[in-house]
Amino acid sequence: MKKLIIAIALSFTALMSASVLAAGPSVPLDKANNDLSDKESLKKGFKTYINYCLGCHQLQYQRYNRTFADLGIEDADGIANYMYTGEKPGDHITNTMPEKEAAKWFGSAPPDLTLEARLRSPDWIYTYLRSFYIDPVRPFGVNNTVFKDVGMPHVLQDLQGVSTKDEHGKLSPAMGGSLTAEEYDVVVRDLTNFLEYVGEPNKLERKALGYWVLAFLFIFFIISYFLKKEYWKDVH
Amino acid sequence: MLMKLFTDFMGWIDKRLPVTDAWNKHLAQYPAPKNFNFWYFFGSLAMLVLVNQILTGIWLTMNYEPSGDGAFASIEYIMRDVDFGWLLRYMHSTGASAFFVVVYMHMMRGLMYGSYQKPRELLWIFGMLIFLVLMAEAFMGYLLPWGNMSFWGAQVIISLFGAVPIIGDDLTLWIRGDYVISGATLNRFFALHVIAMPLVLVVLVFLHILALHEVGSNNPEGVDIKKKKGSVKPEELSKFKFHKQYSDKYDIVDAVPFHPYYSVKDIMGVAGFLFLFCWVMFFAPEGGGYFIEAPNFTPANGLKTPEHIAPVWYFGPFYTILRVVPDKLLGAVAMFGAIVMLFALPWFDRGTVKSVRYRSKLHLVNLIQFAICFVILGALGTMPATPIANLIGVIASFGYFGFFIALWFYSKNENTKPVPERIAD
Repeated sequence: MKKLIIAIALSFTALMSASVLAAGPSVPLDKANNDLSDKESLKKGFKTYINYCLGCHQLQYQRYNRTFADLGIEDADGIANYMYTGEKPGDHITNTMPEKEAAKWFGSAPPDLTLEARLRSPDWIYTYLRSFYIDPVRPFGVNNTVFKDVGMPHVLQDLQGVSTKDEHGKLSPAMGGSLTAEEYDVVVRDLTNFLEYVGEPNKLERKALGYWVLAFLFIFFIISYFLKKEYWKDVH
Repeated sequence: MLMKLFTDFMGWIDKRLPVTDAWNKHLAQYPAPKNFNFWYFFGSLAMLVLVNQILTGIWLTMNYEPSGDGAFASIEYIMRDVDFGWLLRYMHSTGASAFFVVVYMHMMRGLMYGSYQKPRELLWIFGMLIFLVLMAEAFMGYLLPWGNMSFWGAQVIISLFGAVPIIGDDLTLWIRGDYVISGATLNRFFALHVIAMPLVLVVLVFLHILALHEVGSNNPEGVDIKKKKGSVKPEELSKFKFHKQYSDKYDIVDAVPFHPYYSVKDIMGVAGFLFLFCWVMFFAPEGGGYFIEAPNFTPANGLKTPEHIAPVWYFGPFYTILRVVPDKLLGAVAMFGAIVMLFALPWFDRGTVKSVRYRSKLHLVNLIQFAICFVILGALGTMPATPIANLIGVIASFGYFGFFIALWFYSKNENTKPVPERIAD
């Protein structure tokens, strides 16, 4: 019987590792190393999102005031500094870009990004935003190593500058932007952080609650073990 | 005073409905073999997960919107705006996977200890029907979030029915209620998922337990605890009082009343199970992309196929069997055949010794290879089809079907060990 259990356990492990190998992304991704508990980083990421992304990409499942509350932004501050188009704080974070027209402009309508971090992973976003390069064939003059023939322009070009790709696929800066490479990475990390937050606003709450639940269940298991022992002592 | 009130009340009830008698017959005086091991936790755990699915399902329904336009957004509404909606949703989604973990373990237990053998064939059949309905329930439930993998997964599975000769196309049209998977499909799947299938499930579970209590529980030794009346010396009888329905007909040995002995033991099992369950639910609710697949975080889109369409892991074994057969119709036949084999297991096994402990080495090897093949098939189902994966899939499929065929041949004259009269202490 033990042998059977061991055999099953072994085959499980073998397959788990096999499936991990099979599921990897096609392009190696850089680690975002973002920190969801860093509210300052989230606020900066939120700000960057509002300034650079929201024009095209909605966060239609997330509300402004929920974001304010989670990021520790006062409502008045939020209304003054994060809301530019006259919505109410309880509204979802949307834009007014008409989907049909947008599809004509970009080839396909810019997707909603509320769940982007869950769809593609924070590392993907972090790498993607640092992987634009000059490609004169593309309509906006740029392409991306992570997202081949991407439809969008390099919106953060003012900050990062532009890169060229050599024949080995390596990117090197051709013209600097207003930020150094290190500063740009921080901006992108904050933005990634914000997108991970917005993908699942309750993630920290979920984990915090999880520790208590597991602690309770652990104690409950011990008690139930002794209860069982007490009941069963007269059986054998 | 209070006690008397309760006794009077129960007396009043019992004259009208045999509640106390049923309690005794099925719990407090139900004879359960005293040697249940780890594998016997999964029956009660399956019940626990069923209750979890029904309760969280009811609360999810309160905020879910079954329409092509609203479904995806309503899930995010539940995740963000409903108090503890995220918890309900994760309990339900993790519960779906946990259900299959528990049920597969429960079935494995049946295989190991011969719990399907005479006289438990009908009990096994009810169990298999539960498994079948559970798969339908899970499949329909997976469409409801209306994510892109929901859509394409359903697309692949429903198109299987198109392989049926002559009526195939009409059949798929009838199932979808539209020429493509659409809001119409979503609505009918919703109806079936929240009403039809759960009703059938609950009835089947009820029948499963009634059938179990009629024939009695098997155990890891495969030794019957019910002996012929009068064949056991009085001092060797179990010291516990059992319901007269059992003790009038049989001499009962090596048994304990289900309640409180197994109820307290199952509480321990529940605590251990919930620990693992909550670990996944609170810290990895996507289950590494196997419980909630990443493409499901983007809404259903009939024009955008996910790079790699994979069914949820629990369909993996059957999906692989389908996929390794080059012909679509034959593949579907093989897939359903894999389930038919399980149904027919009590008749494939012509042996009389139940537990693997007293059966031949050959049977042990056959059982292990079956378990390994099943796991391999499951893993392959979640991976892209490559020539190597296909080859492994073919071999594992032979292992799967071979288990039953081989069993039929060797079980007639199997080289078994002597089975003890009684369960040893």
